[in-house]
Amino acid sequence: MKVYFDNAATTRALPEVCDLMTNIYTQNYGNPSSVSIMGLEADNILKDSAKKLAPIINCGPEEIYFTSGGTESDNWAVFGTAKGYIRSGKHIITTKTEHPAILNPFKVLESEGWNVDYLDVDEKGYIDIKELSDTIRDDTVLVSIILINNETGTIQDAEKIGKAIKEKNKNTLFHLDAVQAFGKYKIDVKKWNVDMLSASGHKFNAPKGTGIFYMKKGLKVKPLLYGGGQQKNNRPGTENTAGAAAIAMAAEESYKDYDENTRKIRELKKHLFKGIKENISGVFINGDDFEKASPYVLNVGFENIRSEVLLHALEERSIFVSAGSACNSKKKVQSSVLEAMGKNDEQIQGSIRFSFSRFSTIEEADYVISALKEIVPVLRKFQRR
Amino acid sequence: MEKEKVLIVKYGEIAMRGNNRKLFVTKLVNAIRKNIDSEGDFYVVREQGRLIVESRKGEMDTERLIPKINRIFGILGVCPGIRLKDKNIENIEKAALEYFNKYRESEKTFKVLTKRSDKQYPMISNEVSAEIGAYILENCKDIKVDVHKPEMTLTVEIRNDAYIFSKFYEGCGGLPYGSSGKAVSLISGGIDSPVATWMMAKRGVEVSGVYFHSPPYTGERAKEKVKDLGRILSEYTGVFKLYSVPFTELQLYLLENVPEDKLTIFLKRAMMYAAQKIAYKEHADGLVTGESVGQVASQTMQGINAINAVCTMPVLRPLSGMDKQEIVDMARKIGTFETSILPYEDCCTIFVAKHPETRPKTSVINKIEKRLDKLQDIIDKAVDEAEIFEL
Repeated sequence: MKVYFDNAATTRALPEVCDLMTNIYTQNYGNPSSVSIMGLEADNILKDSAKKLAPIINCGPEEIYFTSGGTESDNWAVFGTAKGYIRSGKHIITTKTEHPAILNPFKVLESEGWNVDYLDVDEKGYIDIKELSDTIRDDTVLVSIILINNETGTIQDAEKIGKAIKEKNKNTLFHLDAVQAFGKYKIDVKKWNVDMLSASGHKFNAPKGTGIFYMKKGLKVKPLLYGGGQQKNNRPGTENTAGAAAIAMAAEESYKDYDENTRKIRELKKHLFKGIKENISGVFINGDDFEKASPYVLNVGFENIRSEVLLHALEERSIFVSAGSACNSKKKVQSSVLEAMGKNDEQIQGSIRFSFSRFSTIEEADYVISALKEIVPVLRKFQRR
Repeated sequence: MEKEKVLIVKYGEIAMRGNNRKLFVTKLVNAIRKNIDSEGDFYVVREQGRLIVESRKGEMDTERLIPKINRIFGILGVCPGIRLKDKNIENIEKAALEYFNKYRESEKTFKVLTKRSDKQYPMISNEVSAEIGAYILENCKDIKVDVHKPEMTLTVEIRNDAYIFSKFYEGCGGLPYGSSGKAVSLISGGIDSPVATWMMAKRGVEVSGVYFHSPPYTGERAKEKVKDLGRILSEYTGVFKLYSVPFTELQLYLLENVPEDKLTIFLKRAMMYAAQKIAYKEHADGLVTGESVGQVASQTMQGINAINAVCTMPVLRPLSGMDKQEIVDMARKIGTFETSILPYEDCCTIFVAKHPETRPKTSVINKIEKRLDKLQDIIDKAVDEAEIFEL
């Protein structure tokens, strides 16, 4: 049995999505900017895709831009705001538990002389909204918050955050990094006062290299790229029509049976943790409990285990998970998210992330439990003394 | 007039002793083919004391090809030149003049040097040189012959075909791979061991690598990294054989049965035992390690002595007297550094004690080892189960 519980890293592309892309690549391959009928057809694919995506987050289709993925969208939000609003102020705010695609652009701006505040989180990963409100100043141009944390599944209260921002300073823009949330959580940019939002296709069964950037109409946020005027000159470059259609289809699919899927995966998450807890001593959850955190991420700490070793041992049984965050495992740095949540080195080093998709099954969870039951005692027996 | 652009590859003939010569030449040919295969459709022809690289399609990018050939151990260097099927003296003269005009920069003096292995040829070497020299003098301006210190030497070789060349690009030297026998090298994936392996390979030792794989403590990526290092080394040697020995059981056995501060010494001894067993299999006569005296706790003289005590064959430690920076510089030069510093667990760092013993007594270690009654069986099993990669 092969179990892929690493869906927060990436997901498989759906076959019907790939079929749709093949069709577009081989049949409707016109350039949307071309004047011909082929160009028109391609342009219609883009428009239809935006129309399908817009209601999902409650915005207008003209507010949807197609990008290369989460990193580009995140970078656009930060650098585009900085460039467009530098006259309004040089203060920006984010949290200590952001994805590197937000943290690193913030660090770049910090090195260029911007005032930057990184908000603390509590032991479950939540920011203090009062602290956020107190941190916002007259010259604060941007607050960027991760909606669902990629490592722990902690969900920030975007509605309250949006309200707090706009009450304190109506000119401060609110960017929501929804890369882990889009496709798995209901989003409402109007109700939440969100000005910009980032999402990535490959996190919900569209292919890699596809992304969405929502930008509210009328903002002065500057583009990252300059070129031939495509996407209202905000994101030039010949549009990825196949990618746009793919991301729209995958998004629609992922919100079908939303309530049922959420319930099912929450049960699965509970089942997996219960199974682990009943069979293995010295385990704890990183993040909030089942009802509040995302059902799609379960971050478990194993005492006296090194997660990298556990990851390899699971891999020998065809079980694929992450230690910390997949983006970090190459660099051999430990999770700054867990650090910000107050975990000590040993707790961080023993933490494994299981992340699910709506296709995950209880049988897979049972297989993981039985593997852990065998592996963990052996690994604990042999360790550095 | 038929003439082709070729590369004339010179190799150190003296190093290729006796009957093995054919074998070494074959190895060089294979190494050249392997390194330039991706650059186009080439073939390599054996001439006496030379290898000739030719293109099937006629075109070759010598600037890209020459460094790839020159990094093979045992190759003295490469001359870009032309080959003439028609050895008629008039034909050679014309081609020599053309070559001379093409490659001459600001040189004012020259000489022609002729070598003739085709003894049926109607003229002797000196006559050929004189004839061609005269022809060039007649047809060029501002040029003189200087037989003692010429600025440009135009070489004409008359073999089965005739060859004309002048410029010589020096190779990285060394002896042909395998000409000095065989050894087995312990490769961890760090900076040092690939450099040590390279140095011995350069001296003509055919080195097989041994890597100790300890899943789940070391991952597949750590193994892939060592394979990548082997691939880099194979650009110098033509081939690189790598053994991946499963060592988890052994590591856990030691962890349970020896004092923590002596763990590293026992582990290294076990690695030596295993490497030696592979050396016997490979009919090799020595081991190679990347140890550098004083670099880490186990690399004191006492440590090296305690590790070396289990070896019955010579252990070559080419880095023993080098500083870390010197080793790093070499790793950069040979191209292994960037791969070596990728941060995957290596086999030595899994169960390292906080305070390893730096001055182990060999007699004490030997005494403890007597109690390890399963040690040799576990090592034998590991060696039997080794994966072998030809890189």
